[in-house]
Amino acid sequence: MALAFFFYFSGVIVLTSVLVVALRNPIYSAISLLIMFFHVAGLYVTLHAEFLAAVQIIVYAGAILVLYLFVVMLLNVKREERYHAQFPLAALLGVTILTEVLMLAILRGFSSEPLPTLGGAGQADQATGNTETIGEVLYSTYLFPFEVASLILLVAMIGAIVLAKKDIGLASRNQ
Amino acid sequence: MAEVGLKLAFSVAQIAVVMGIVLLTVMFLTLAERKVLGWMQDRMGPMEVGPYGVLQPIADGLKLFFKEDIVPAGANKFLFTLAPILALVPALIGFAVVPFGPNRTVELFGYQFQPFVISDINIGILYILAFTSIGAYGIILGGWASNSKYSLLGGLRSAAQVISYELNVGLAIVGVLLLAGSLSLVKITEAQAGGFWHWYIFAFPFPQVFAFVVYVISAVAETNRVPFDLPEAESELVAGFFTEYSGMRFAFFFLAEYANMILVSCIAAALFLGGWNAPYPGTLLPENLAWVEGVVWFAVKVYFFLFLFFWLRATLPRLRYDQLMRFGWKVMLPIALGNILVTAIAAYFFPKG
Amino acid sequence: MTGTELLLDYLSRYFPVFVFVVIALLFGVVTLVISHFVQPKYPEAEKLSAYECGSEPFSDARMPFPVRYYIFAMLFVIFDIEVIFLYPWAVVFGKIGFIGLVEMLVFIALFLVAYVYAWRKGALEWD
Repeated sequence: MALAFFFYFSGVIVLTSVLVVALRNPIYSAISLLIMFFHVAGLYVTLHAEFLAAVQIIVYAGAILVLYLFVVMLLNVKREERYHAQFPLAALLGVTILTEVLMLAILRGFSSEPLPTLGGAGQADQATGNTETIGEVLYSTYLFPFEVASLILLVAMIGAIVLAKKDIGLASRNQ
Repeated sequence: MAEVGLKLAFSVAQIAVVMGIVLLTVMFLTLAERKVLGWMQDRMGPMEVGPYGVLQPIADGLKLFFKEDIVPAGANKFLFTLAPILALVPALIGFAVVPFGPNRTVELFGYQFQPFVISDINIGILYILAFTSIGAYGIILGGWASNSKYSLLGGLRSAAQVISYELNVGLAIVGVLLLAGSLSLVKITEAQAGGFWHWYIFAFPFPQVFAFVVYVISAVAETNRVPFDLPEAESELVAGFFTEYSGMRFAFFFLAEYANMILVSCIAAALFLGGWNAPYPGTLLPENLAWVEGVVWFAVKVYFFLFLFFWLRATLPRLRYDQLMRFGWKVMLPIALGNILVTAIAAYFFPKG
Repeated sequence: MTGTELLLDYLSRYFPVFVFVVIALLFGVVTLVISHFVQPKYPEAEKLSAYECGSEPFSDARMPFPVRYYIFAMLFVIFDIEVIFLYPWAVVFGKIGFIGLVEMLVFIALFLVAYVYAWRKGALEWD
């Protein structure tokens, strides 16, 4: 049963990822990206990472993709032809990565061993839930990376404003 | 495999009941809104269809269903059709995690199920936040696909407004999560049992009154209702993002708006007003009928919020767009953030239990 | 309960959610399709033109729009990620005690620095 869901979700992910780059209308690309985010979230749910699934939708689908849509609409691109010129480079990179993945799969073999889970306590995770486990680990063991992440967010914020500041100044002067 | 079939049958039945109730409530709300507005303005409201106009929603629904559905020239037909579906679906599926009554397990045909919640998942409230953020796509794509200036402006305004106030909703609920220690709406509701002084709006150690006010105001803004109905400001943008919509596609946007109103009312009731818990300890009815009391209390709280929506609409003028954004980012956000800080410090010094 | 039973219980909680998503999508599509077949269709050039207060639509409606919307979307992305960090913290607050409180005070202080910076630079101004 779980396997059926896995194949459904991963199949749709592969299909929509291809569509994101293959479709010529950028808005359609954004829509197939949206569908992909939902199926990635579904995959997270089958992998027991419910909190990640929710974050996937809230951050990627609810925030970042809205930003993408704004950009696409801001620039009013009808058809993006430019990136189809980069096809040879993209094909080279794609084939390289595909070979690496296949090599890894063949060398490691398709073992049915369960992968290590966060915190190492598989059963405890299931009883208390993914959010609690993440919380306990993030705010004790990974305390330092967490604070670094908050610093990075601060830098991102300042960077975004500095980049946009020119436009803010222009807009207020024009009025 | 038989077990999966049974599970599917139960889920489908439960979902059908919940969707039926939501759609019926929407129909009732369209009438109630016009009646309440009418009475507040000393009018009668709809009176023609049926006694006192009670059949008006059915007439409206049938009319929209059989009406010609116009796709304007130059519109992107695929996105034009997709947008109303994208608006409606998130508004409906949010109800999957709302507890409508006491948390109990009933056994039927050797299968255990919870009658008053479709699914009690651990991340209940995040699930709802995730899907409400998707509702913005329906609006922004509907506005863009119409190929009309009013629609595009309405859609953009709406998207910026929805994401701004979504942030405040997200911040407002953190205080409740701090006190409850869970993301599941069922567990949050259960933690508020035993009298109205346990409801999180009044609860020790720090009453979530500020969070409640921020949540309610942001919820009104997120559902694009008066006084935050800028995206469909009829005096300046005609009808905003659904200017070009007609027939069933228009009905979907309409349904989505009202279903969202019901959803945010359910969440407000569950998070701040104790959900299905009565304001007094224990129950008045005998043990085996206690669930009736719970469901009735939940309905009373939800209808209180829905009435509030109508009341605001009859009372308040619309904000200007810069006022709306300033209010969201410079007033609501600091209040919500301050509430988190104070709640955390209070919860640290007075841990529960 | 054993591990396998817990896993089944966990997955069975998400099963109705999945079914609900499918049913809601079907409801939307089927209603639109049925409505499509029962409604009259009398297309006409005037009726199909975009609404523009009676005048002929001039220029493409999909015009570029102010960069403001973009700035607010960026601010939203960053603040949204900061808020996401608050959820697991709020849920386990009772267990992580003093360290958790101090950690989050530092986090919120940095959040406030970003917020005040945005405010002072006029990025929260809509004009």
